[in-house]
Amino acid sequence: MQPVTEKSGKTDGEKLSRRSLLGLVGGMVAAPRLMAQPPERMRPQAGDELVFDEGPLQGEVVRPGLLELNARPISAMARDPASGVVRSGSRLNRVMLARIEAQRLTPRFQPNAADGIVAYSAVCTHTGCDVFNWDGEQLRMACPCHESQFDIYDGGRVVGGPAPRPLAMLPLEIVDGTVRVAGPFRGRVGFQQAF
Amino acid sequence: MLGFITRSFACAFASVFALWGLASAQDLPPYNPVTAERLLTPEADNWLMYRGTYDSHGYSPLDQIDSGNVAELELVWSFATGLREGHQAPPVVNDGYMYVTTPQNHVLALNAASGELLWRHARFLPDDLQQMHPTNRGVALYGERVYMATVDAYLVSLDALTGETIWEVPVEDYYNGYYMTLAPLAADGKIMVGVSGGEWGIRGFVAAYDAMTGEEVWKTYTIPAPGEPGAESWPGDSWRTGGVPVWITGSYDPELNLTYWGTGNGGPWTGDTRPGDNLYATSVIALDATTGELRAHHQYHWNDSWDWDEVSAPLLIDFEREGREISGLVHPGRNGYLWFLERGADSIGFVDAGPYVHQDVFTGIDPVTGRPEYDMNRKPGIDFEVDFCPSLWGGKDWPPAAFNPASRLLFIPANENTCSTMAGEETQYSPGRTFIGRGQSDNGGFFLREGAEHLGELQAWNVDTGEEVWTTTFASHNWGPVLATAGNLVFMGGTNDRYFRAFDAGTGEILWRYPTSSGITGVPTAFAVDGRQYIAVQSGWGVDAQRQQNMINMVRGADFHVPQGGSVWVFALPE
Repeated sequence: MQPVTEKSGKTDGEKLSRRSLLGLVGGMVAAPRLMAQPPERMRPQAGDELVFDEGPLQGEVVRPGLLELNARPISAMARDPASGVVRSGSRLNRVMLARIEAQRLTPRFQPNAADGIVAYSAVCTHTGCDVFNWDGEQLRMACPCHESQFDIYDGGRVVGGPAPRPLAMLPLEIVDGTVRVAGPFRGRVGFQQAF
Repeated sequence: MLGFITRSFACAFASVFALWGLASAQDLPPYNPVTAERLLTPEADNWLMYRGTYDSHGYSPLDQIDSGNVAELELVWSFATGLREGHQAPPVVNDGYMYVTTPQNHVLALNAASGELLWRHARFLPDDLQQMHPTNRGVALYGERVYMATVDAYLVSLDALTGETIWEVPVEDYYNGYYMTLAPLAADGKIMVGVSGGEWGIRGFVAAYDAMTGEEVWKTYTIPAPGEPGAESWPGDSWRTGGVPVWITGSYDPELNLTYWGTGNGGPWTGDTRPGDNLYATSVIALDATTGELRAHHQYHWNDSWDWDEVSAPLLIDFEREGREISGLVHPGRNGYLWFLERGADSIGFVDAGPYVHQDVFTGIDPVTGRPEYDMNRKPGIDFEVDFCPSLWGGKDWPPAAFNPASRLLFIPANENTCSTMAGEETQYSPGRTFIGRGQSDNGGFFLREGAEHLGELQAWNVDTGEEVWTTTFASHNWGPVLATAGNLVFMGGTNDRYFRAFDAGTGEILWRYPTSSGITGVPTAFAVDGRQYIAVQSGWGVDAQRQQNMINMVRGADFHVPQGGSVWVFALPE
């Protein structure tokens, strides 16, 4: 076996193909058959609808009127409107949706919002836990695992705790009265294996 | 199914970084297989398991380094692991071969005397893994193999000489909140592990695997199913998601062939969500090493509502009480009480218990059964916010205590003056999501007692008199595992000033200290190579030590952070 000298920092499931993954550990395992990524595992795609992933509205399509201003963010998943497939095959696809005061959002992030609605990756950039907690006084998203806090009005900037990077933002638009995905995540989803 | 295949695919990867042609490997003797006999009576020069010996004493009989010369202790080598977060594993040593684990499940094999790397096993963890506790607490050695339990819930068997994977078996599905951080226990030809996940709605268990083949031999749940003894202590379906993890290595009594495991919190956190005693949460359980049968238990506190995991395995200590010699179990509890129990073939009896830090929840202890009574105004519930001390991290969290059998002293790494505010809130179980049910409280639900002049402590207790002999205090909180040696010494880090310290075991006086690169929450060990004694420890702050620092910052309005980054440190007297 050859010593592996390549730095193994490329752990982004979005960017690291299986072929390059195999290169990383060259020769250690037999190559499995490559197959297309199933639609439920694909990251949210432009044009996807969003459906609630928790609470009394679970499974319903997200419409702007269903979100209350400055309320606790609620988790959602993307759905392909053509096939009806919910992209629930990976928890890295989950987003936290919230309605905020549009004009208070830092200007460079405003193109990612639609009618004051923003979507951030639900996966903490520290060690990958779901960012489900909410500080309703300071309007911060928070991780239950290590208390990392993220500013919902400033592009998910880290404002407390050990998280190294902001939460990735998912651009949104309103189409026919429903909230739609306007493009891929802005930023890297999830935590990074350090070595 | 597809998701499972993909996850398994990701799990299958691990890299081995082998270094060839180094003189260090040639300096080492042929690998000495770790037999069952050697594990029963390890040589003084070696540290073959998590706490050194099956009785979990954390004690080394080496005495070259002693209280008279420890001030001369100097650094021999250090090694940067290249990883962040909590480096908690002991450097385990077998005749000059050292094995340490790190967060993200790397195993490093090093020449214990020189610090040169022999190989590194780097596990490739799945991208969608959630790590509430990014750490690992070390390897088990058996035969010519090294065993590690992984944070994606696999048990891995590696070749001790090359680091190559011999087999790996899934213990549970990480996607449903199961993970492992403990060092496996090698005993009776088996490799035993427990699972973490008390905040994720798991059903905890201990499982044993054949050391050679990796086949599961037995699996014993920490929560009984309906129809089993103790099931009546869980209402409805709460037993399915009640938590009760096991995340610290058990002790082993080879004469009774019993393994003793500490168990963690029930879930969700507040007990009113699962009315009943909730057996076998926050208990010690005795499992037959051969069959896994649960032979005895003692529950330290019922219907846990404070996140007081009692996962530290009890120390097997024979102590005296009123002229009687008792085969005992000793446990400094996260609940702030020091417990003395009696172990038998089919029983665990209560001897006595009392607080070792300020504890305001218990109002009494039944003198026969040891069952505590509670001040119900200090027991949090749904929408019922209360204050209690010690904090949810307890008088002592996971960092292990140590025992010197010659001086009869037990050394407890404690936290005093820390308290929590907690209320429960309704929560729904969903696989792979946190299942904690804790409401939001001011200052993150943490506070310090008024007038608190210190937080961390190292305490020494005489196990025969049941009395505290000395206490050394620290301004910082303390997350330092303890090592005792025959040189009349105690070693411990644990504070946020990054120091590793040697204490006089008789007085608690600090005789030596060394500032490492990060804070120390690693388990220290002692070993010898070619007649020279070494003291080894990992530095690498993170996990709950860091989390508690954040809370202390919040209540004090401070912004203090301990630098992260792991490294191994080895000290000895000058040659």
